[in-house]
Amino acid sequence: MSQRPAIQLDHAALRRGDRLLWRDLTLDIEAGEFVAILGPNGAGKSTLLKVLLGLLPLSEGHALVAGKAPRRGSAEVGYVPQQKGFDTDLGARGRDLVTLGVDGHRFGPLGAAGRAARVEAAITAVGAKAYADRPIGRLSGGEQQRLRIAQALVGDPSVLLCDEPLLSLDLNHQRGVVELLDRRRREAGTAVLMVTHEINPVLPYVNRVIYLVDGRVAVGKPDEVLTSARLSSLYGTRVDVLRVRDRIVVLGAETEPHHDHDHFHDSDAGEWHAQ
Amino acid sequence: MNDIWTYLHYPFAQHALIAATLVALVSGLIAPFVAARDMAFAVHGSAELAFPTAVAGLLLFDDALTGALLGSVLVAIAIALLGSRRGDGNTAIGVILAFGLGLGVFLLSFYHGYASQATNILFGSIVAVTGRDLAVLGVVAAVVSLLVLVVYRPLFFSSVDPEVAEARGVPVRILGLLFVLMLTVTVTEVAQVVGTLLVLSLAITPAAAARCWTAAPLLVTGLSVLFALLAADGGFLLSLAFVDSGVKASVFITFISFGLYVVARVAAVVRRV
Repeated sequence: MSQRPAIQLDHAALRRGDRLLWRDLTLDIEAGEFVAILGPNGAGKSTLLKVLLGLLPLSEGHALVAGKAPRRGSAEVGYVPQQKGFDTDLGARGRDLVTLGVDGHRFGPLGAAGRAARVEAAITAVGAKAYADRPIGRLSGGEQQRLRIAQALVGDPSVLLCDEPLLSLDLNHQRGVVELLDRRRREAGTAVLMVTHEINPVLPYVNRVIYLVDGRVAVGKPDEVLTSARLSSLYGTRVDVLRVRDRIVVLGAETEPHHDHDHFHDSDAGEWHAQ
Repeated sequence: MNDIWTYLHYPFAQHALIAATLVALVSGLIAPFVAARDMAFAVHGSAELAFPTAVAGLLLFDDALTGALLGSVLVAIAIALLGSRRGDGNTAIGVILAFGLGLGVFLLSFYHGYASQATNILFGSIVAVTGRDLAVLGVVAAVVSLLVLVVYRPLFFSSVDPEVAEARGVPVRILGLLFVLMLTVTVTEVAQVVGTLLVLSLAITPAAAARCWTAAPLLVTGLSVLFALLAADGGFLLSLAFVDSGVKASVFITFISFGLYVVARVAAVVRRV
């Protein structure tokens, strides 16, 4: 039985002003698939998520999410935004963040029925029970990220969109978050689409990558796309992909800026992240 | 204490106590959102901008409150239009604020009524609240409370987590505008009681204190209202007890409010040790 794809993109293109972000993006993402979106800053990775969230229209082509045109507030989509951190004394606990995922969009004084049980289940599923009742602003980045994932999953979406969910997490937490997402897509068949500039933590798990560079697009299995030949033609310059044990190091590609997180200080300029 | 009881038989004191209660209720409700949205400066700005509009009200209708309430709508629109992002907003508010105060002083030079009317706007005049003022305060309090009840959840969502709220279909921008409007109207009300210069003592301090005690949102709101009531009503009653000193109620309100905040901060530190 062939299932309806979770996400369908057909010759999709996006322009902001007169600048082309990407075009000719065509792919179907199946239920349960884990896809990483890679590429240098400003390539339009987060913007692709915005399109799928229904926040931006495509300039050309078509997009379908769970068989329907992308629509703001769709119950089919869970969203983990780029980590910004919360004010220390925000006046909200982790549990409240997750609860907002259930019925935060609803007006009126009455909450959704069975809300507490669903929130509890989502918190347990991400292993955040121990700190769910602490002020969210006083939790570590990794703890906040787990709660964000719980918030995105509490509505039981068929598609999960994550924007740099590993940013500023240490290696342990990175692995924890990726394993969490991997388990979810295996157990619940949720398609996971993740923007990241750190390929190595997700490399063992992803089925395919979407690589966006300067308007050009490459889609395929990591082994097909992450090669010297493929990336050199994508960047239009000499790029070397090295494999060190089970890791990938990309040399010569445009470097991601390092200023927004600390623990990559030691990587050389000109070297793409490979911690 | 006999004094307080005696005074409370007079209509002026009853009016004042009702006004203090109404004002504390709405400002306590609004304050947690002000804190979560980091809008303390917007509060201060719209409070001080109630000064020129109140003076304009004195000139046009011989009534400061009418002018201030009408003006608060203009101020809300100006704040909302000039800055959508946090940082932008602060600069824009600073710009309007400076001009607004100048305008207020300018307008005041055309006013030849009681000079105390003007200082009342700045420092509050709870004992001057009339029956008609009370009716206006009551309507505003009812409307703002009802609105908070209806928009509480999506407003909270868009205050603490705007990106996800927007993706989930919450009308983040419209709620932002609505909140600024509720805020400026509330602030204008509070200014009646504590004056435009001391509005923050009811419109943010209670929430700041409440957030030291708990992170549960409904509890924060409940405590914020409670602290605002303690400060407003307590401050007014104290001013009756010390009526001979000539110290205004707004001063006692500010002191109690700040005292509750200090206690909350100390308690928070002690609990964390």
